[in-house]
Amino acid sequence: MKSETIVNKKIAEEKKTITDANHNGNGTPKTEDGSAALVHENKDNQELIHSHITVKNLNVFFGNNHVLKDINISIPDKKITAIIGPSGCGKTTLLKSFNRLLDSTNGTKVTGQVLVDNEDVYDPKTEITHIRKKMGFLSQRPFPLPMSIYDNVAYGPKIHGLRKRKKLDEIVEHYLKSACLWDEVKDRLHTPATRLSIGQQQRLCLARGLAVEPLIILGDEPTSALDPVSSQRIEELFNSLKDSYTIAIVTHILRQAKRIADYVVFVYMGEIIEHGPAKQVFESPKEKLTEEYISGIIS
Amino acid sequence: MINRNLEESIFKILMKGASILIVGSLFLIVITILVKGLSAFNLDMLTKIPNGGFYIGKEGGVLNAIVGSLLIAGGASVIALIVSIPIVLFINLYINNKSALGNTIRLGYDILFGIPSIIYGAFGFTIMVYFGLKTSLLGGIITVALLVIPIMVCTMDEIIKTVPGELHEAAFSLGTTRLETSRLVLRQIYPGLITAVLLSFARGIGDAASVLFTAGYSDNIPFALDQPAATLPLAIFFQLGSPVQEVQDRAYAAALILTIVVLLISIIARISSKIFSKNIV
Amino acid sequence: MMRLLKDKIASKVMMLLTAIFVLVAVFIGYGLYMRSRPLLAKRSLWELITSEGWKPFKGEFGFFPFIMGTVWITVLSILIAMPLCLLTSIYLSEYSHKSIRQIARPLIDLLAGIPSVIYGIWGVIIVVPLIEKFIIPYSTEFSTGYNVLAGGIVLAIMIFPLIINIVTDVFNTIPQELRDASLSLGATKWETVKHVILKKALPGIIAATVLAISRAFGETIAVLMVCGNIPETPKSLLSPAYPLPALIANNFGEMLSIPLYDSALLFAALLLFLIIFIFNAVSKLILMNIERKTT
Repeated sequence: MKSETIVNKKIAEEKKTITDANHNGNGTPKTEDGSAALVHENKDNQELIHSHITVKNLNVFFGNNHVLKDINISIPDKKITAIIGPSGCGKTTLLKSFNRLLDSTNGTKVTGQVLVDNEDVYDPKTEITHIRKKMGFLSQRPFPLPMSIYDNVAYGPKIHGLRKRKKLDEIVEHYLKSACLWDEVKDRLHTPATRLSIGQQQRLCLARGLAVEPLIILGDEPTSALDPVSSQRIEELFNSLKDSYTIAIVTHILRQAKRIADYVVFVYMGEIIEHGPAKQVFESPKEKLTEEYISGIIS
Repeated sequence: MINRNLEESIFKILMKGASILIVGSLFLIVITILVKGLSAFNLDMLTKIPNGGFYIGKEGGVLNAIVGSLLIAGGASVIALIVSIPIVLFINLYINNKSALGNTIRLGYDILFGIPSIIYGAFGFTIMVYFGLKTSLLGGIITVALLVIPIMVCTMDEIIKTVPGELHEAAFSLGTTRLETSRLVLRQIYPGLITAVLLSFARGIGDAASVLFTAGYSDNIPFALDQPAATLPLAIFFQLGSPVQEVQDRAYAAALILTIVVLLISIIARISSKIFSKNIV
Repeated sequence: MMRLLKDKIASKVMMLLTAIFVLVAVFIGYGLYMRSRPLLAKRSLWELITSEGWKPFKGEFGFFPFIMGTVWITVLSILIAMPLCLLTSIYLSEYSHKSIRQIARPLIDLLAGIPSVIYGIWGVIIVVPLIEKFIIPYSTEFSTGYNVLAGGIVLAIMIFPLIINIVTDVFNTIPQELRDASLSLGATKWETVKHVILKKALPGIIAATVLAISRAFGETIAVLMVCGNIPETPKSLLSPAYPLPALIANNFGEMLSIPLYDSALLFAALLLFLIIFIFNAVSKLILMNIERKTT
């Protein structure tokens, strides 16, 4: 009993810090409550909300394992959506299903639809490279490609046919600046990317993803391998990027979700239990499971 | 986009082609040996020794080579097993597995693994001359043993690594000595040892260059360690060069026997290692 | 007390055995060197490996034709095997369905188990006649089917399994996330292979090549059966060749009455041993380095 009250107290404290952050956070005067209400109102007919990613009746099987069960969700544009849930619940699978990174794993079966700008990702006729180009992907640990810092950022544009050296130089500089990495690496652009610190590597991966001019950024626990300072920088980056990009991140750190998310999707045992504006989900969850997860009874 | 996909399609075709070519070459070799060998094969091949000299005599079979090969490969595998077990246990239980010493020893046996059999043969012969030994069954066994020890050590080392380290730790913490723990580990990897022995036997029975100078060649079945012994690979090698058709046929039949024996042993070794990996958690 | 004593004794015996075992490589090298010394005392190393004449009865021992025979056949086999094996490895680890992989790998392993004399007899039955029928008639050079080309083809098939096993293992150590990173930028699978996988696997591919070269260098019986065995420096793919292992295999153990002949053959063995030793050690060090990086 006692421990429960302590937990509740802690949550109350955290809630307070979140509201504080929302008011003074990154300087963008954003009426969090107002926009949340808008999404909330439209929740029942989501077709009206413009959304780059819409998932319809998605089921994913790994062999005989039913990993995702009948998923229906739209990811709101120009917001940070946090996909939360205990580990092994299918969060990452859901994220990876958005740009079909799943089919590289063996024995995976997918039914249903993932619509990205009304193109079905799982339609065999769909040109997947062109859909993936719309989504930047950040993995748990940074994986710089085995080439120089410059080439890591230029890789995407080059793949998509850009050859002009001068244009590439501009792109590399621009996106390294967007990822707040330019000042740290501008003198050693042609050294191998693996020599960067792990936090710098993750920002490089972000710059690499931004360089193909995506509309969406997907992050699979993008800060879990980083030290607190680097994590904070990545979170700040997400906050400043959300005006121009739709961001979806998987996280198992509740506090992180509370800090940065505008919209929350709670996944448990392969099913979406609840989704809605962050404030609503965290403060007055509709489902008992969500409440239990948020208050730390299940994890 | 069209160019990008075209390149991928072309390479996909090339990749499939290369894979078919490589797997196909296995079938082609086995089929060739089967066709040639079966047409030359009769029961005499298995039951008789060559009559009238292996190089010119038109009658008889390759029983001398079959027995010689079994004795040499079998003897070598037994010696190799006796020598390899202590070495593998030493590397894994007595010294730190990942220490510089462990790595040096591994580098050592990897290099021994890479030494071609002709060098083992030449070296073995030199040693035999030094000790005044004639080419004989014993010479063949020792040389082939030298050849297969690295294979055996390497295979067993791989297997013993799959035994969870907690097992040793649990045993050590109960106060068992390393020697007693060794017995425990050996019991754990018992099916794996069979795999190692089978693989070594298959390698030993098929190798020609190591027995070329050391085992000699004889039309008769060896009854003592100091008698020269024929072997299947050399029966193939020598008799294929004969101008007499019947003798060449003996080479083809020997090739058939050797191929079947080696493939069978390899398959059994695979199956036994599968069973083994199921037992290990 | 008894138990501890036993353990101590066992430990010493094991250590001794291990030491002897590792030292076998040194013994072999030393033994071969000692036996080549009579020849090295009479001729300089440089003269031995660069002169052409091979007349053991007159005391002429020029190893150049044999070294070149080995080099021709080895290089040819690598040139044939490397592209095919790379393509196959990429297919098996990046493109093929799991079920194909599960059939192909054991089959390729079986290919590795076939004795070299079987490859040799297959070369004699299939490869040599094919070359005689389809290639020799279009060549101006007088030649038989027993030549560098036949040796190279047979040897290439023999080293397929070795290369494929190492290269696919190296591909498997590359983390999936790296592939995902490239794919998520909109690269096709092939672009990912070309720009990321191959680059990352390069050290492993080099190690596989080096190891394959050393294996090819030492292969004896199969090559000996199809390469012609004429002690002249090969001039083309259709020339016969006489590699070092074949020289040893054909002559050692018999003509010990000719002075220095025995020493010359063991010198050939020493040459082989040293080259293979170095190549093996290099590839092993590269592979160990990869392993250390990934674990």
